[in-house]
Amino acid sequence: MGIAIGLFVAIVGVILFVAGRIGGGRGDRWVAYLYLAPVVLMLAVGLIYPAGRTIWQSFFDAAGTSFVGIDNYHTIFTSPDQLTVLRNTVLWVVVTPFVATAVGLLYAVLVDKARLEAFAKALIFLPMSISFVGASIIWKFVYEYRPDQPGVRQIGLLNQLIVWAGGTPQQWLVESPWNTLFLIAVMIWIQAGFAMTVLSAAIKAIPDDVVEAARLDGVSPVGMFRYVTLPSIRPAVVVVLTTIGIGTLKVFDIVRTMTGGQFDTSVVANEFYSQSFRSGNEGLGAALAVLLFVLVIPIVVYNVRQLRAAEAS
Amino acid sequence: MPFRATKSRLAAASAGVLGLTLTLTACGGGSDNDTSADAPSVDCAQFSQYGDLKGKTVTVYAGIVTPEDKAYVDSYKPFEECTGATIKYEGDKSFETQILVRAKAGNPPDIAIVPQPGLLAQLVETGRVKAAPPEVGANVDKFWGADWKSYGTVNGTFYAAPSGASIKSLVWYSPKEFKDNGYQVPKTLNELVQLSDKIAATGKKPWCAGISSGEATGWPITDWMEDMMLRLNGPETYDKWVKHEIPFNGPESTAALDEVGKFLKNDKYVNGGLGDVKSIATTTFQDAGQPILEGTCSLHRQASFYAANFPENTKVAEDGDVFAFYLPGKDANSKPLLGGGEFNVAFADRPEVKAFQTYLSTDTWANVKAQVSQGWVSANKGLDVAKVSNPIDKLAAELLQDPNSVFRFDGSDQMPGAIGSNAFWKQSTSWITGQSTKQTVDNIEAAWPK
Repeated sequence: MGIAIGLFVAIVGVILFVAGRIGGGRGDRWVAYLYLAPVVLMLAVGLIYPAGRTIWQSFFDAAGTSFVGIDNYHTIFTSPDQLTVLRNTVLWVVVTPFVATAVGLLYAVLVDKARLEAFAKALIFLPMSISFVGASIIWKFVYEYRPDQPGVRQIGLLNQLIVWAGGTPQQWLVESPWNTLFLIAVMIWIQAGFAMTVLSAAIKAIPDDVVEAARLDGVSPVGMFRYVTLPSIRPAVVVVLTTIGIGTLKVFDIVRTMTGGQFDTSVVANEFYSQSFRSGNEGLGAALAVLLFVLVIPIVVYNVRQLRAAEAS
Repeated sequence: MPFRATKSRLAAASAGVLGLTLTLTACGGGSDNDTSADAPSVDCAQFSQYGDLKGKTVTVYAGIVTPEDKAYVDSYKPFEECTGATIKYEGDKSFETQILVRAKAGNPPDIAIVPQPGLLAQLVETGRVKAAPPEVGANVDKFWGADWKSYGTVNGTFYAAPSGASIKSLVWYSPKEFKDNGYQVPKTLNELVQLSDKIAATGKKPWCAGISSGEATGWPITDWMEDMMLRLNGPETYDKWVKHEIPFNGPESTAALDEVGKFLKNDKYVNGGLGDVKSIATTTFQDAGQPILEGTCSLHRQASFYAANFPENTKVAEDGDVFAFYLPGKDANSKPLLGGGEFNVAFADRPEVKAFQTYLSTDTWANVKAQVSQGWVSANKGLDVAKVSNPIDKLAAELLQDPNSVFRFDGSDQMPGAIGSNAFWKQSTSWITGQSTKQTVDNIEAAWPK
């Protein structure tokens, strides 16, 4: 560790020294290259090389020794186990961003300029400050199952509510595919705060005169939302949707903490981990990682485009 | 100007490093404070061979967590006190995956306590495992049978000395309940079924079961199935099954899993005090046997190490609150015995690591460990069974040394990781939540690495 820091300091020192010696005219370009060099180097070592290696590895067998072509990808799209993983991932990516954004948006609109707005916002933002693992442990208790019989006390919030209402306790995390939806609820709980914060800021940025003009025209609250608020904050909504979407694709902690991928709840990121490190199937693990990478790209591209469009306008 | 900035940054950086080192040291020091009265005193003379190891540290990483880990930490104390070395123990429930990650990333501990020969083979493949020093090999030759040495050997090289052994073919029960109701300890599988029926007829669910164990959820069923595989098909077929010389979806394994189903998937038998059959999936194996103490169930099949999971003041004895009987064979004469064990794997060959590894392979350590443990024995022949005061350990040791016993090592622990620590667990979990036996064995067969 000490050596690494020392090395880093030394390299930066050399760059600054050399950059200081070159000056004027054509030299400026060289100075720019010099400053870029460490970044390019680190990107190459930390990002491009591992990415390339992972792609390469995904064409090899479990031990990483013999070339198997696209066999691993074939497995992902044909084996029943892996198809369940894909189904779950689709469920996560389709449900989470939209519900989380909708909840965040609704909340932002409702508390906007309300009394105790800051306090209300803090409440829904709090889950954001908890780690995914922490949140999962909290929700594991919410879903905890105990049979309804004498001498047994419920310790799960949800089942206690059901027992009070006269129902029988359920094992929330066992029935597939419903258990995936119960896991998704945790993600929504965490991300709604993020959505609310960004969208609330966007709502506040709507020029007062626009709102004023709409009011004078006699627009109803629903109409105001439909024709004024929503169009004005469209870029922010897209950014929130895509950001949560990317985060959801990579979801790992929640699944691993709450079910360990059991009961058909595994998702691509979790399956990648368990194939690579538990099953010792590095080829399939690498293929899953590549798939994840490929799936994220279009969302990232769309996100960047939207950001650029928003800046341009 | 750039130079001055760099200098002050360097100072800040080194201050940071210094701070970090101090914090780490402070953390490490904390664990030494809880000196236990349980640790027996050992004559330091026999430790002189290891030399003075003052200031040296050996890190130990294992999957054994509270409360079982305390006995390990305690058993290291004589070595620490006599040689001056510090042993840092770290327990982690996700040991099986994390040890592979750490080994591959080049950040392994000095010693890992590996509970599966299959995992040992995977670790050896990473190229980070050090072959056992000759002293350890000599100790293993002296104190263990050849079969145990072979579990610690990969491709002809001996890597890991056995540490503990556990007997898995046990059924926990309440001796008092048996006495009050006139129940007899069954001598055959049939008698076990009859006993279960008898208890079920009283309106009670006789069996308690739980298989939840984080990402390892499902493993207790693999033990059940191995026990039945041994009982129904005999040890030779069992060996073929483990080595995949017969398919996983053949008639033998199908029959074995169906036999498990007679107990675990039977609504009349399970899940005493814990819910329906499905509740087995979400009950942790640690919690599963506790209702025996409350009387809500009578039987719980789990290994000898389970003794450590009962509350501290529980009397584990033939005349106590809970005890275990041998899970009977098909007839009273055959006595197949399923067991497991741990192995000490070294990733470093510094002198202090070698010394500690050697200590762990001695009869001295086995005896110290047995004295401070609940539910722990070793197949170490130097272990003085007469000195084992704990009744459950005595039972385990007696079973291990019974000439009629046919010992077999846990099968899933020897299978490739893709099966033994993935498909087998996962499919067992699906099986208990409703998947058919045929689908289950077919899926495991399909997952077998080609």
